[in-house]
Amino acid sequence: MAIRIEHLEYVYSAGTAFERKALKDINLEIQDGEFMALIGHTGSGKSTLIQHLNGLLKGTSGTIYYNDESIYGQNYSMKNLRRHVGLVFQYPEHQLFETDVLTDVCFGPKNLGMSPEEAQREAEWALEQVKLDKSFYHQAPFDLSGGQKRRAAIAGILAMHPDVLILDEPTAGLDPRGRDEILNLVRSLHEQQGITVILVSHSMEDVANYASRIVVMDHGSIILDGTPGEVFSHRAQLEQAGLSVPQVTRVMDDLAQEGWPVEKNITTIGEAVEQILKAL
Amino acid sequence: MLRDITLGQYYPAGSVIHKLDPRVKLLGTVLYIISLFVFGKPVNYLLAALFLALLIKLSKVPVSFMVRGLRAIFILMIITAIFNLFLTPGRVIWQLWKLKITEEGVRVAVLMVIRLILLVMGSSLMTLTTTPNDLTDGMEKGLGFLKKVHVPVHEIAMMMSIALRFIPILMEETDKIMKAQSARGADFDTGNLIQKAKSLVPVLVPLFISAFRRANDLAMAMEARGYHGGEGRTKMRPLEYYGIDHTAYLVLACYLAVMIAVRVLL
Repeated sequence: MAIRIEHLEYVYSAGTAFERKALKDINLEIQDGEFMALIGHTGSGKSTLIQHLNGLLKGTSGTIYYNDESIYGQNYSMKNLRRHVGLVFQYPEHQLFETDVLTDVCFGPKNLGMSPEEAQREAEWALEQVKLDKSFYHQAPFDLSGGQKRRAAIAGILAMHPDVLILDEPTAGLDPRGRDEILNLVRSLHEQQGITVILVSHSMEDVANYASRIVVMDHGSIILDGTPGEVFSHRAQLEQAGLSVPQVTRVMDDLAQEGWPVEKNITTIGEAVEQILKAL
Repeated sequence: MLRDITLGQYYPAGSVIHKLDPRVKLLGTVLYIISLFVFGKPVNYLLAALFLALLIKLSKVPVSFMVRGLRAIFILMIITAIFNLFLTPGRVIWQLWKLKITEEGVRVAVLMVIRLILLVMGSSLMTLTTTPNDLTDGMEKGLGFLKKVHVPVHEIAMMMSIALRFIPILMEETDKIMKAQSARGADFDTGNLIQKAKSLVPVLVPLFISAFRRANDLAMAMEARGYHGGEGRTKMRPLEYYGIDHTAYLVLACYLAVMIAVRVLL
């Protein structure tokens, strides 16, 4: 088991007029090789939760175990944890700072103590994974397009060879093509490299096609946890949390409601097409 | 991390002091500070301290917040006290080789420290009970007469409020970038001074870029909404004096009158 969270709580600005409970009694287990999506409305605590997973925030109470070892233990190395649990922040391209793409991607491996040659090898491998052409390696990151910049930034984390990859809204601000590119990239990393993926999003459409498990958060608590089909069957509860089920699920639900012989809780367009053809 | 740093911050409590017109509070703070320097008798300090204590009580701001402001000037206070203690000429009460403490020295040192404490607490009372926006608004209107001598009061006030507004944004941004680079294995805490300074490059470069991007966006947004300087610009909530403000001015006048009377008569 990769990550286990037990009774995690987190309070912002404790002891002042601005005190706010961001996480309330979170219990969660994430298995090796899972592709999990974490969904919630703005302010639901999802970004706060993932920052706990690589030790950037420390819970006010509760514990997190990585491979059955508490990360709050006395001699636990946070640096080591961060090498295994890679976190890609929202708008990761805003953290690029080097004069060229390759050097920027080398930053992570170098921090892990690799020699320049090793770091460069890892960086080239990572850039290959995100499908950035060699011609970009020596360009300034600021000359790249939005989607390319984002892929370069993701490569910066990948170059550290994480076992768990967490992405916070990796598609925010991208056009549909850029969005598909990033999500397909994440899927191939999961399938080919066996990386455990935690995808944070508020778009049901995005996650329905990719994740095998969905965890829904609202007001700092986990309210739903299951396969996309299970989660989307709680339509009312999702809407109350400020979320919606994917368009295709809604259409199929409505069709079933109208008396058409189709199944409910369809999550992908492919399944929907199949069902509709059968019904016709 | 950086979120814990407090800077001229506002404490929402909705008290009488909070509701006062910012101009009253600005003028009041200035006059209070002047009164601390002009009236030097111990009785005056006692009165000033009582007056401030009353205001703090009225403001409903926890005293711990006021004291927090004092921590920043603690070293300054110590140095001031030491200089006054040893370097004031007068009747010697204790001597060791060339170091001597005089009766006057003790007196001046104590009064100086009290004056500093009152000064800092008085001004933190203002910043804790007034939002930065109100403060710049008050300054703009209160100093409006300077426009006649071609001082760009509106522009200065606008720059101040934008600068104040950007402080928390840039702090948050710094926090985010530091976390993002920590996630890539960056280490900000260990190493010698040069290594630490070097480790800040991955934070400062993105921070500058983001500051310019935000400034650009803000300028665009302001122009898109027809901003063209202070000329003919109206306010959604223009500052106006109410009964409570007149009362406050009266209280302030009474305070000054008593201070003067005590200084002259006693």
